Amino acid sequence: MTEQRKAVALISGGLDSLLAARAVMDQGVHVEGINFYTGFCVEGHTHAIREKDRARPKRNNALWVAEQLGIRLHIVDIIDEYMDVVINPQHGYGTHLNPCLDCKVFMVNKAREWIVEHDFDFIITGEVIGQRPMSQRKHTMTVVARDSGAGDRLVRPLCAQNLPPTLPEQKGWLDRDRMYGFSGRSRRPQMALAAKYGFEDYAQPAGGCCFLTDRQYSVKLEDLWKTRGRREYDVDDIMLLKVGRHLRPRADLKLIVGREEGENRFLEGYRKRFVHMLPASHVGPLVLLDGNTDANAIELAARLTARFSKGRDAGQVTVEVNDRDGNSRMLAVRPMPADEIPADWYL
Amino acid sequence: MNTATIDARHLLCPLPVIRTQDAVADCRPGDHLQVVCTDPGVMHDIPAWCRVHGHEVCAIERSDNEITIEIQVGEAD
Repeated sequence: MTEQRKAVALISGGLDSLLAARAVMDQGVHVEGINFYTGFCVEGHTHAIREKDRARPKRNNALWVAEQLGIRLHIVDIIDEYMDVVINPQHGYGTHLNPCLDCKVFMVNKAREWIVEHDFDFIITGEVIGQRPMSQRKHTMTVVARDSGAGDRLVRPLCAQNLPPTLPEQKGWLDRDRMYGFSGRSRRPQMALAAKYGFEDYAQPAGGCCFLTDRQYSVKLEDLWKTRGRREYDVDDIMLLKVGRHLRPRADLKLIVGREEGENRFLEGYRKRFVHMLPASHVGPLVLLDGNTDANAIELAARLTARFSKGRDAGQVTVEVNDRDGNSRMLAVRPMPADEIPADWYL
Repeated sequence: MNTATIDARHLLCPLPVIRTQDAVADCRPGDHLQVVCTDPGVMHDIPAWCRVHGHEVCAIERSDNEITIEIQVGEAD
């Protein structure tokens, strides 16, 4: 009896990885999914935080894909290891702080380690030549296979016919003719294949599954590195960059202002780590102060807090100021008029 | 049969799922696991993860700010 071969598929939650895994499953291979959590994944976070998004149906698309395929999905936390990819990408950044090629190399390498540990035979990705400007070009297909160490154990079923035969093809584990020759940015071949397989309601290609492809997020991360004088972050830093309105009124002070109830509730989780304030006399945001909190900074932050409260047009707003030890005091301030807030304070 | 509790409060998905996955790896079939969370996304994600791995969600309890999900570990892992 022929031994059943085993493969792990990188599952992002998008259509391509769904189809790639399915194409290999159709050839009798046992497939399991792996999904890497970098901390920058768009999936889930903002939906979970913002009140206005709570009414929307929520799902983790990678788990949804696994359910559609009927396979296990292993979600791996790579937040700490991924930091070096973000800070020192060997192949550079894309338009913003997105290290797409290094990211792909890193993830395929992690998958390679996983298949060795779990005695699997090869790796599947949903890459398509020409699909992405930085990480999915003909040349980078070779780079990813080489630099990840996966070599010819890396199979891209959606464009396999445009690439040299891989080990699973050479060994007869996979029939090349039952894979595909997709290329370019068009999504039509994938959509047609999805229809053939009967997949509906899959995640639409959003042009970015990572906050690092977002200009505004990248600006905030650059600001964090610049003001700290070193390129580093921890998990709380990258979470907080996704939440609230960020203002830097002084080089040594940043405010994170909750924009609505869901964000205020999320920011409350950080109240022991930051000096924070909220309006007492009016409804308004929870505001975290990151940096120098001398008397001038407190006064300035309180006026801005008042500005973003329902008392913005009042003559005076009372703001509750809380230190990290839980001590609080009241401060009465005049809300800062909108025209006194320079545009470049907003990150 | 053992019962363990995981504190996944103030973590955003998928981290509560990952904490659940790590804890289940140390359990035996039939063990129970309680996961305490604050991210409402877990109401969808943890049951979905359980379904693909063959574990059973016994109960989901929701209070004002917390969600507790009780899982019975299946044979699959």
